[in-house]
Amino acid sequence: MNYTFQFGPLLNYLPQVVSGLWLTLLLSFVGIFGGIALGVASAVLSTSPWKPGRLLVRIYVEVTRNTPLLVQIFVIFFGLPNIGIRLSPLASVFIALVFNNGGYVAEIVRGGIEATHRSQVEAAESLGMTYFQTLRFVILPPALEKVFTPIVSQCVLLMLSTSLVSAIGVEDLTGAAMIASSETFRTMEIYLVIAVVYVVLNFVFRGVLNIAGLMIFTRSRRRLLGRA
Amino acid sequence: MRTFGTPEFLFIVYALRWTLTLTVIAFVGGGLMGILLALLRIARSRALRGLTTFYMQLVQGLPLLVLLFLCYYAPSLFGVEIAALTAAAIALTVNSSAFLGAIWESALRAIPRAQWESADALALTPWKTLRFVIAPQAIRLAMPSTVGFLVQIIKQTSLASIIGFIEITRAGQLVSNATFEPLKAFLSVAALYFAVCFPLTQLSLWLERRTARRGART
Repeated sequence: MNYTFQFGPLLNYLPQVVSGLWLTLLLSFVGIFGGIALGVASAVLSTSPWKPGRLLVRIYVEVTRNTPLLVQIFVIFFGLPNIGIRLSPLASVFIALVFNNGGYVAEIVRGGIEATHRSQVEAAESLGMTYFQTLRFVILPPALEKVFTPIVSQCVLLMLSTSLVSAIGVEDLTGAAMIASSETFRTMEIYLVIAVVYVVLNFVFRGVLNIAGLMIFTRSRRRLLGRA
Repeated sequence: MRTFGTPEFLFIVYALRWTLTLTVIAFVGGGLMGILLALLRIARSRALRGLTTFYMQLVQGLPLLVLLFLCYYAPSLFGVEIAALTAAAIALTVNSSAFLGAIWESALRAIPRAQWESADALALTPWKTLRFVIAPQAIRLAMPSTVGFLVQIIKQTSLASIIGFIEITRAGQLVSNATFEPLKAFLSVAALYFAVCFPLTQLSLWLERRTARRGART
């Protein structure tokens, strides 16, 4: 191997890489929380007695889960202008990420809701609780707690897949790396650096989300502290 | 200028064979490596376990796109240029191996320890125990997630379009550039992915329900 690694030229690109990192964080943040909100709402709708709502969510979930995120981004960014909806690259990827993550989270949360025992719902009904009170106080808290680990895994995968936004020229971490690589030809060096950053981000996201979970769900916290 | 018609649609459909080729390579290659990783993860040697954990965590923490770029550009360090298909096949294989390894490891671990012990008491060697006692049950447990991950691989092959490999996403881009009708082009691409993935997703769900029923009965 007669190749000398030179990381020096990359230092000039530090500002771009840092702003790319911020954008990656922002994209992940919006994708994760927007996706969880959309996913929980869809999951509630998919277990509701309202039939058209259930059907709508079913179609939404199957479409997002059976097509690649990259193609979803292309349809939104390149395709929608054909019918007069022109979105900026950034707006397109925000929509695509929330839409995509929402579908996966919906399916996970639905599993949690369906695992709730029927008798608990009946008990809530006999106490005179409304549908929304039952959801808010009886069904959702344990359902979300049960599926919290798969949601964390899904959200970490979403953070990694934000790198796809670089395909339509959004300058996230990967996008910044593409620019630095084409201007300096230090391709291997820049992608190795970016790879390390992503691996670190992966652990940071997993850790932060798990801690957030322990703060939200008192029962898991008690179980953990009880064991310690 | 061309309009989006049947020939354009068929062009995308023909590219499906490359999507499927890539999927098969990644699934078979990743599967073989995954078996090895899963076995190493339950091995006695601590060093081997540590090494495999490191590999799996590293690959799972890396975006596939970055892995793809590394595989595509790394051989040029040695002055070798590789085809986009080769780079995509390597990247997808490495990626799948880590995820399939994790799925299969958890399936192996789901079999109660007592079964290993009783097989040992019957003087079965560890290999025989694995082959005749543990693996048959673990495979059944792992089926739903394995089919689920196969769907992931099919969708992940779309990333190969970014390094210029002509599978259906790239074919869609080419058609979109030639006809200026990106909506039709990319919706066709999405429909094709859906047509391939949806039956598999349903299969995975059916397997999962069947496993759950069996579990409830015993």
